[in-house]
Amino acid sequence: MPGRVIKWPESVIKWIDQRFPLTSFVKHELTGYPTPRNLSYWWNFGFLAGFVLMLQVATGIFLAMHYKADVAHSFDAVQHIMRDVNYGWLLRYMHATGASAFFFVIFVHMARTLYYGSYRAPRELLWWTGQALLLLLMATAFMGYLLPWGQMSFWGATVITNLFRATPFIGDQVVVWLRGDYAVGDATLTRFFALHYLFPFIIIGAVVVHLVALHTVKSSNPSGIDLAHKDNIPFHPYFTIKDLYGLGLFLIVYSVFVFFMPDSLIEPANNIPADPMQTPGHIVPEWYFLPFYAILRSVPSMVGGVVAMGLSVMMFAFMPFLDRSRIPGGAHFRPVYRAQFYLFITDMLVLGYVGYVPPTSSTLLVGQWATLCYFGSFFLVPFISKAEEGWLMRRGLPAEIAALIESEAIAIEKRKLRHRRRKEDRA
Amino acid sequence: MAEQALDDSERRRFLIRLTSVVGGAGVAATCVPFVASMNPSSDVAAKAETEVSLNDITPGAMRTVAWQGKPVFILHRTPEQISAASASGGGLDPEPDSKRVQNPEWLVVIGVCTHMGCVPNKEGAGWVCHCHGSEYDDSGRVTRGPAPKNLEVPPYRFVAADKIVIGKAG
Repeated sequence: MPGRVIKWPESVIKWIDQRFPLTSFVKHELTGYPTPRNLSYWWNFGFLAGFVLMLQVATGIFLAMHYKADVAHSFDAVQHIMRDVNYGWLLRYMHATGASAFFFVIFVHMARTLYYGSYRAPRELLWWTGQALLLLLMATAFMGYLLPWGQMSFWGATVITNLFRATPFIGDQVVVWLRGDYAVGDATLTRFFALHYLFPFIIIGAVVVHLVALHTVKSSNPSGIDLAHKDNIPFHPYFTIKDLYGLGLFLIVYSVFVFFMPDSLIEPANNIPADPMQTPGHIVPEWYFLPFYAILRSVPSMVGGVVAMGLSVMMFAFMPFLDRSRIPGGAHFRPVYRAQFYLFITDMLVLGYVGYVPPTSSTLLVGQWATLCYFGSFFLVPFISKAEEGWLMRRGLPAEIAALIESEAIAIEKRKLRHRRRKEDRA
Repeated sequence: MAEQALDDSERRRFLIRLTSVVGGAGVAATCVPFVASMNPSSDVAAKAETEVSLNDITPGAMRTVAWQGKPVFILHRTPEQISAASASGGGLDPEPDSKRVQNPEWLVVIGVCTHMGCVPNKEGAGWVCHCHGSEYDDSGRVTRGPAPKNLEVPPYRFVAADKIVIGKAG
């Protein structure tokens, strides 16, 4: 008798493993991937963002099979999808609702990072790749919004491309270059369609980078203390099942929107074909852009407004430098930072409201104060975080936390000392 | 007791299987709209039938109409053509002429060569396909290869003496 016969699929997997690290990769990055045991449901949103990305790509590819990027046909093509294509209404509502769902999930994901201080060392690069993903997502959503060629599509694209007039010296040329025309037109529509199809694949690439960074530094956790080798558990089955459960809850909410109130996320004015000769009475961006739009409107000068809006999105990237507190863990252990966090969220909601309503002198004033609070809260973080750290230390920290900060400080000192000695040796 | 119930591996296996089956069914159901969206949309499906008025096709003349994106030959046959067609039993794919027409005066066939899909031309007493030289008679039956089969007769019905609807048999 020959040796034991290996049956399918073991034999196939063995064949692959000799040529490609399939089993070890799956074990290292998925099934056996060490994950802090104390992750709460706030840690589900990264997975959800990945899921929504796949959903958007899938629905988007099938929509593209029926869509036509041409000013004469685009509006009708969307109506054709809604009325004639089998389940076209479902694909389109899934895609439109999916855009909102994507931003909702990403905003929660970011809020969790801010609340729990997940942006702090050693996760700065993880945070910055996430920031780049946010910008890509915003660009993709903005370009996709032009494609139905409704009134809101047209005037949204007109206003946003106009922002580039703020470019020094060559502003006007940049705007014409972006549009491929003197106004948003056929050239703009076709290039936005091409890029709207391309960007998701760039996003997928950036997600891979994001995940490589994550798997290098591993997930943060609510305690803020590095639990590696002590309290980590394998990703599978503990977090596959937790993510799937969260996905179930997400899909319930998503389905309520898709099946029962899909038009709540579509501006009524976008059911009117684009008319370059007539701006709608009240133009608003999609809800996910409202706070940033409010900041744009709050600054009286055009260039200033554009710069402020750009900065408002980019401010998050500075958090690893702004937060100087050495107290581990998130806002849960830092009462002042926690208060600041909730005030910031409230400020975002106020800005969102201001961005939604038509501008009046009173909403303008509220918007300006809210904008001031928005940037102020970032600028105050270095001072508040340091003062809070001193206050918490004076009040007395739990022995374990104090020891942790102590050892951290000693490690930094040692590193500096080694560095200095090496320099002296060389000299 | 309660702890024992939690560790019941039989129960656990059953639940995992049940969840997998329900989840799998959900994923499969989600695929349905995606696959279905690639089928003809209702505006395309609306073109599934073509109405043709016959009163301006003189005896001996032929008209080509589009049905589902394909050419359909409508030949108004003269008594001579009818007698020639019914006298012959066909060539390579024998079939009586009476089975290919509803009214001997009118021959309705899909103008797509059964060999490689070219459109044959009306020439003499039948059609010649210039792609590979197949020939058909005035009943649309193949008389010379390489085409293996007679020109297909589409489903159609007379809605009036001089009007047919191609797409659905009567």
